[in-house]
Amino acid sequence: MAGHPDKGGATHDDSARATGHRSEVTLTVNGTPHTLLLDHRRVLLDVLREDLDLTGSKKGCDHGQCGACTVLVDGRRVNGCLLLAVTLDGSEVVTVEGLADGTGEPHPLQKAFLDRDAFQCGYCTPGQICSAVGMLAEAAAGHPSHVTDPAAPSGRPVRLDAAEIRERLSGNLCRCGAYPHIVEAVEDVI
Amino acid sequence: MEPFGYVRAGTVREAAEALAEHPGARCLGGGTNLVDLMKLGVERPGLLVDVSRLPLDTVEELPDGSVRVGATVRNSDLAAHPLVRDRYAVLSQALLAGASGQLRNAATTGGNLLQRTRCPHFQDLSKPCNKRTPGTGCAAREGTHRDHAVLGHSEQCVATHPSDMAVALAALDARVELDDGRTTRAVPADRFHRLPGDQPERDTEIRPGELITGVVLPAATASLPSAYRKARDRASYAFALASVAAVLSTAEDGTVAHVGLAFGALAHKPWRAERAEAALRGAPATEDAFAHAVERELQAARPLRDNGYKVPLARNLAVDVLTRLAARRTRPGTLQEDS
Ligand SMILES: Cc1cc2nc3c(=O)[nH]c(=O)nc-3n(C[C@H](O)[C@H](O)[C@H](O)COP(=O)(O)OP(=O)(O)OC[C@H]3O[C@@H](n4cnc5c(N)ncnc54)[C@H](O)[C@@H]3O)c2cc1C
Ligand code: SF4
Ligand code: FES
Ligand code: FES
Repeated sequence: MAGHPDKGGATHDDSARATGHRSEVTLTVNGTPHTLLLDHRRVLLDVLREDLDLTGSKKGCDHGQCGACTVLVDGRRVNGCLLLAVTLDGSEVVTVEGLADGTGEPHPLQKAFLDRDAFQCGYCTPGQICSAVGMLAEAAAGHPSHVTDPAAPSGRPVRLDAAEIRERLSGNLCRCGAYPHIVEAVEDVI
Repeated sequence: MEPFGYVRAGTVREAAEALAEHPGARCLGGGTNLVDLMKLGVERPGLLVDVSRLPLDTVEELPDGSVRVGATVRNSDLAAHPLVRDRYAVLSQALLAGASGQLRNAATTGGNLLQRTRCPHFQDLSKPCNKRTPGTGCAAREGTHRDHAVLGHSEQCVATHPSDMAVALAALDARVELDDGRTTRAVPADRFHRLPGDQPERDTEIRPGELITGVVLPAATASLPSAYRKARDRASYAFALASVAAVLSTAEDGTVAHVGLAFGALAHKPWRAERAEAALRGAPATEDAFAHAVERELQAARPLRDNGYKVPLARNLAVDVLTRLAARRTRPGTLQEDS
């Protein structure tokens, strides 16, 4: 069993494993590896914001209900507020701060959000953008959505119209109601 | 949250041993329900046994034509899997009707089956709740219960089971595989969840120390016309007010050859409509026959003060889905659902 708390290296002492409340965790965040000794209670969102000073990812609800904390873990979009950091040992995390390319050029979706004025207060925006990046990859990999025609052949990329974009981004709420421009921004990059 | 130990299991046996040694331990799948409940103080495990990296992450066809889904397959991957989309459309549709893209990427098959009720009083430590703390009473029965059960509830608890996936599994005659590290057993999906009775703290038939290792989708219901339909307060990212999973095939003469029908959000478990199914087998596959059979099933409903709307809602959903499936005959996959 891996995932030993507090002790360096594998141990056969079950009780020690079960009573330790911290573990060493290595996360690669936006390309940079970090090895941290973390209390098991820490969720990824808090580690990003508090330990790594990456405050782009936002805490809206802390219960999986808003999507403001959306980041990419091993390329997949997830809610950082419900992921215990200890479970992610060895993972690659990308946050909104890591979407720009090496030269600092913003990601096409970041540009599209600016061009379309796809926000008001901006609180949901990092989550919206990370979610859209993950969502585009899912559609390209042939993942269907609730509004995809069930008769569409499986395994082929899904063409995204406005209804598909709305459904696939439904896990990201926007209190300012910027949805129409968010959909347009995503349409601009597909 | 209280401090807890953490172990990552490499094998089912290791996980089972950790559960056996630590009675306060919980398995951790995607964590989308358990971590939420830990934040709320509803769950306070002393040890988390992380099962999410167990080698149970595949969907494979077995020699007898059934399909085995590992317990750690993520909900999004299961919904997208060609074997599921092409042969068990109702399961793919049910998964896609639940939660959000982000949550489905994390949620596992095992965790989805074992997610707890969304009853707001269950999640609120200041409220009496027999499911959370047996013997304290039920805040929902006379309180907020618009989303609660109309079928099979008890004096003790009127909660519903929130899973969409489980409703599809019930209609498909799937089996849930369990393993305690020494022996394995399989339970029919429609008998895995239980009615509350006088033990509302028990959601399912799982025994202490057991893990879910997988779900088997039988060959008998493969490729039959099937569909899932869910009514909710908003178009997406909301739990069901009522839902229906249906599997239907018709014979040459237009009579019902096979029918599997289950309701979601009406009871403490996916409600397998056995009376309706019995009435329909061999009957003409017509809207009238569907309405008659579904009404017969729903005669058992005992709505609470504020949730009577669920009965006609469930009726209309079921009759509509069955009628559309009948129109398709056995031609696979052409039901465009609207929500
Ligand atoms: C905002 C929000 C909206 C949602 N909307 C919907 C919806 O519309 N429809 C729907 O169906 N669901 C919905 N969900 C619930 C979601 O589907 C569940 O949280 C998810 O499926 C749970 O899976 P998990 O792997 O994350 O489970 P976990 O949280 O990891 O675990 C849940 C339970 O299962 C146990 N467990 C996990 N794996 C195993 C195993 N292999 N063996 C034994 N025990 C195990 C855990 O100990 C725990 O008790 C929603 C959730 C949120 C937060
Ligand atoms: S309905 Fe069940 S879960 Fe809700 S308060 Fe009553 S006992 Fe608790
Ligand atoms: S903060 Fe994570 S979903 Fe709201
Ligand atoms: S821009 Fe304000 S919440 Fe979306």
